[in-house]
Amino acid sequence: MVLGTIFAGLFYFATAVFLVGVGARVARYARTPAPLVIPTTPAPTTHAGVFARMFREVVFFESLFKGSKWSWLFGWLFHFGMLIVLAQHFRYFTQPVWSWVVMIQWVGSYASFAMFAGLVGLWARRVLVDRIRYISAPSDHLMLALLLAIAGSGLVMKHSAHTDIVSLKAFSLGLVSFDWQPLPADAPLLVHLSLVIILMLIFPFSKLLHAPGVFFSPTRNMRDNPREHRHVAPWAKELPERTGGTDGA
Amino acid sequence: MAKPEFDAPALEDWLSTPAVQPDAMAHSRPFVAKPEHQSPLGFPGELVENWQDVALSKMDELLGRYRSLQVFMDACVKCGACTDKCHYYLGTGDPKNMPVARQDLMRKVYRRYFTTAGKWFPKLVGAVELTEEVINDWYSYYHQCSECRRCSVYCPYGIDTAEITMAGREILASIGVGQKYSNEIIGKVHTIGNNLGLPEPALADTLEGLEEEIEEDINVPVKLPLDQEGADVLLVTPSADFFAEPHVDGLIGYAKVFHQAGISWTLSSYASEAANFGIFIGNYENMQKVAQRIRQAALDLGVKRIVVGECGHAWRVAYSFWNTLIGPFDFLDPAYPVPQHICEFTHDLNQRGVLKFDPEANDDKVVTFHDSCNVSRGSRLGDTPGGQFTIPRDLIRAACTHFVDMAPDTIHEHTFCCGGGGGLLTDDLIELRVKGALPRAQALQQVIEQHGVTHMAAICAICKSQFTKVLPQYGMGMDMIISVHQLVGDALVFGNEH
Repeated sequence: MVLGTIFAGLFYFATAVFLVGVGARVARYARTPAPLVIPTTPAPTTHAGVFARMFREVVFFESLFKGSKWSWLFGWLFHFGMLIVLAQHFRYFTQPVWSWVVMIQWVGSYASFAMFAGLVGLWARRVLVDRIRYISAPSDHLMLALLLAIAGSGLVMKHSAHTDIVSLKAFSLGLVSFDWQPLPADAPLLVHLSLVIILMLIFPFSKLLHAPGVFFSPTRNMRDNPREHRHVAPWAKELPERTGGTDGA
Repeated sequence: MAKPEFDAPALEDWLSTPAVQPDAMAHSRPFVAKPEHQSPLGFPGELVENWQDVALSKMDELLGRYRSLQVFMDACVKCGACTDKCHYYLGTGDPKNMPVARQDLMRKVYRRYFTTAGKWFPKLVGAVELTEEVINDWYSYYHQCSECRRCSVYCPYGIDTAEITMAGREILASIGVGQKYSNEIIGKVHTIGNNLGLPEPALADTLEGLEEEIEEDINVPVKLPLDQEGADVLLVTPSADFFAEPHVDGLIGYAKVFHQAGISWTLSSYASEAANFGIFIGNYENMQKVAQRIRQAALDLGVKRIVVGECGHAWRVAYSFWNTLIGPFDFLDPAYPVPQHICEFTHDLNQRGVLKFDPEANDDKVVTFHDSCNVSRGSRLGDTPGGQFTIPRDLIRAACTHFVDMAPDTIHEHTFCCGGGGGLLTDDLIELRVKGALPRAQALQQVIEQHGVTHMAAICAICKSQFTKVLPQYGMGMDMIISVHQLVGDALVFGNEH
């Protein structure tokens, strides 16, 4: 029960840091104006067009596809493998398990292997390509190590060292209903959960901010309509430069 | 100038990505601005004593002013997609010319002073103090970026290194380390009205001379009016168009189009410059002040429309920023876009059947088209996205029989910078300019061999000057590069048939 309480506490703490941290960054991005119209053109001229561009960017990694086919392949395998794996994890937090979560369980092992393979590919590029090796800081390697360890410990539990899934589910249901339950003391599980907690804690302070950041990227989310629509940032309105009675005169 | 002490890269059958060669271009740095170039722009004359504090507080200010900078500092994951996209990396192999590494010169300082991770674990996340060495790197490598935005096309988060280069240059200028070339030119525009420092009488003289030249040449009284109040159109064009070759033939082309269309127009001696180097140094206030002259001239001359001549970054500023900086343009005729590009103007006339071309006039040429970076990736022509690619080509096809495009990965949004854009068109950076032109020269070489291309048309004054200078280094003729409106002007049929 001590273990359960510790991990429950850590999870609440990590969730709070994650939400507050990412929320603060997003608030800062939202608050900071884009004073000039700078979409990378050709760019859509309408809101619907921007929505479509952002959709292609986030779902298909359109720009990355143009930029590097290998990075695109590995990056896409990793991200969408992870997305499915994350969605599958709802089975630990819902009772009865949501029907769509039941429906996607069969892709589970494929998705987790895809995620793992994608990460290995990304790391291989980081080590083998001289240009990418040059731009990599220790944190770039450690991030991949962390994600691989999370995926790896998950795979170990699924395929060899099975954990007590019933107790685990009681624990995770307890987490969301604030009714704390014991946690099985299995090494792979504790490693898995600890690393996830670390990931949540570093998210708001790391390059993982690319996830909310992409939505705020002015080169992707601005419309190409500067001639039709006058766009002025609040700070620019207060500049002293515009004098001589030419302000809209 | 003395013979350059470097070799132009050899052209191969295809463009290969060079291996990383650290510090290959660490020696490349433009002349630093003198106090007399700095002060008129509102920057300190020389390195301020507490430069570290000033630089960091400027960075703080810019992070709050520009969402682009703030998001781009955080979002990069070092995926490497941009690493082989910059023409300066491809031409030099210097890893700090990889877009991500160029950004990291600032990002590592940002992390140290503005992020929790960098304050606590600098080594882990590659954060460093703002030292003199860092400032030297900034000065060198933020002047090895032409702000062409090619990297931003391929970045999964749309990170545009130009935004970071601009911020870097603005911080440098604000501590007293500005770039002489750009700042001297901006000063000239503030006082005289154009980059060349060409006063009104000289300009009037030049235009008169051109009128005589045209009349001798084609026996048509084509005029180049200056400061003509009440004209319909104010034409604002890069001042290189008044003097430089091949630019001036483009200016003659515009004049011929105006003449044949029967639309009254004028140049302005007060706003005798379309170029706006304020964008290069990333300074909003200077960019606005330079642009302000054009609004003033349009008001003073009482024109109904503003048309902009062939110039890449000028068109980005005009199309994308003018409405923000010097709008609204409610005193102009709402029937026309403000501003209008000369290619849009001519294209529109041609669509409406006002102009007639005889493409045989250009039958001695096989023409290709160099998409200028600022037009391609920072603005648009026409009503629909991508018009910046079709409209100039439509004009060339109307004026020429033989047109071929260069390789698909070197045109349209993928186009390579000429190597001289972004405030780098100065002789103190000639090595960088020659090496940075490699990808374009490679693509051009290919169409010369395969299709017998004789000329490369462009719609940018910087591209024209740069190619005139560097193409000979690759064994190509300096006169290969021409204005789109030279082709247009040469093929234009005069008379009253319309």
